[in-house]
Amino acid sequence: MAEQKEKPRKVGAMGMVPYEMALGPTWTKFFEGFKEKKILGTKCKKCGRVLVPARPFCPRCFEPMEEWVEVAQEGTIVTWSYVNYTYFGVTPDMIPVIGAIIKLDGVDCGTGMSTQIGGLDIKDFELVTKKVKVGARVKAVWRRKRQGNFRDIDYWKIIE
Amino acid sequence: MGRAVAVIGTGQTKHGRRDDLSYPDLVREAVKKVFEDAGITPKDVDGVVYGSMPSMMEGMAYNHFYFADALRVVGKPLLRTETCGSTGQSVAHTAIHWIASGMADVVLAVASEKEHEGDAQATMMTILEPFLMVTIGGAPVAFSLQSREWMGYYHIDDDKAREAASIVSVDSHDGGLKNPLAHIRVKLTKEDVSKAPIITYPVRLYDVCPTSDGACAVIFASEEKAKKICKKPAWVKGIGFRGEEYFIGDSNKAVWQSTIEASKEAYKEAGITNPLKELDVAEVYNPFSYQELMFLECLGLCPPGEAPDYVIKGTFSPGGELPCDPSGGVLCTNPIGAAGLIRVAEAALQVTGKAGEHQVEGAKLALSHAMGGAEQFNGITILGSEL
Repeated sequence: MAEQKEKPRKVGAMGMVPYEMALGPTWTKFFEGFKEKKILGTKCKKCGRVLVPARPFCPRCFEPMEEWVEVAQEGTIVTWSYVNYTYFGVTPDMIPVIGAIIKLDGVDCGTGMSTQIGGLDIKDFELVTKKVKVGARVKAVWRRKRQGNFRDIDYWKIIE
Repeated sequence: MGRAVAVIGTGQTKHGRRDDLSYPDLVREAVKKVFEDAGITPKDVDGVVYGSMPSMMEGMAYNHFYFADALRVVGKPLLRTETCGSTGQSVAHTAIHWIASGMADVVLAVASEKEHEGDAQATMMTILEPFLMVTIGGAPVAFSLQSREWMGYYHIDDDKAREAASIVSVDSHDGGLKNPLAHIRVKLTKEDVSKAPIITYPVRLYDVCPTSDGACAVIFASEEKAKKICKKPAWVKGIGFRGEEYFIGDSNKAVWQSTIEASKEAYKEAGITNPLKELDVAEVYNPFSYQELMFLECLGLCPPGEAPDYVIKGTFSPGGELPCDPSGGVLCTNPIGAAGLIRVAEAALQVTGKAGEHQVEGAKLALSHAMGGAEQFNGITILGSEL
């Protein structure tokens, strides 16, 4: 193989495809609840678990989850991570942020991954490690203008 | 599991930034090597299995069309298998099932990734739907959340977990230095690792795998063919694969069910009752050093919550009771689609005494493993020197 003296030549390419993804009745109702500052779960009539986000069917029993429950807006931190790097779509001014999984009171699972801890000086890492802990209590802080999507909960605030 | 199956050859590219080659050339590099290693020609192959990450990481849909010539698949059946990070294990399992069922005698398994051509993190962001489990922080945060959950669940303090994760990283990078095909080849100290910049706390820079280009090819054969073709085959002793629920908060990820169940299945098939004692080497999928700690527990290699103690006393270090990732592991080389098949290839090299400078002396029984999705899939393949 001949030694390459010049930078390898490359060809630029890009694919962009817009999607329209159906929410279905369960997630439509779940996000409608957000507009009214309500967190809604569904309960499985077979195993009795209450899950958030609400589910159309129980992942374990495969039964429809038709019973709606408004759940608490407070809970405990199951786990958290301090995000301090930039990646696709994220610029340096957008970090650091704290991602977390929260177990809401009376709910039988943790939240998904779009949960952020806020309401404190996140740039102060020492402060963060003092206040943000597994087992710490948090409550939801809503955006003033809500549009019925996951961004409606602005962040989760540590309860002192 | 059906008929006996063996690995009769392996081929890996030089991993790293490979913009010196087009993607089909990269795949060909591994395929050419595997045929040289096995001493057979494409005419001897009954079918081909291929896998990579999803289209977005490849820059095109169905790259197996583009690679048809490099895969030597013209005029042969092709199966494509992909399960995210565990793709390489799934590709191996597809080939193994194909032969074990009696439907084929010799199968070429190939997996590849050329991550530098696109944006791997952008693809990782599309692994989850965009309205419920929207990721903050991409792949590293998913696994950092899991690490912290594990530390919280077992009351492992930050300093102890940090020390153990640093040892995992140092050991893997020492392995990378001995493996001429590894991407990252650098000497690190525990202090380098523990003081590196925070990526997604507790995970720091050297706890994270690199972005790599690379391909791996493995030829599997039935017992009859293996004995005829190959002087020293690596026999498939047991395999296991398990999936988990989609929503990440639904189960306790500190007790990683898919890892536990997949390894139990593989051990049962292999007749292994005490994996720490019976295995000689393990190629554990370690894209993050904290994840390796969790895998050590969930693979049954040490008691739950005690991986840091075992790592700190050197159980899984070079010269320890069960050396892990002597090749440098995923921490040094991560062409994602190929990473799980590289683990299989490395396990084969170990039990056939062909691993060169990173050979674990006298290794007869080796575990290989990979994980995929947001902690959702785990696959295991155990190889041995004896049928």
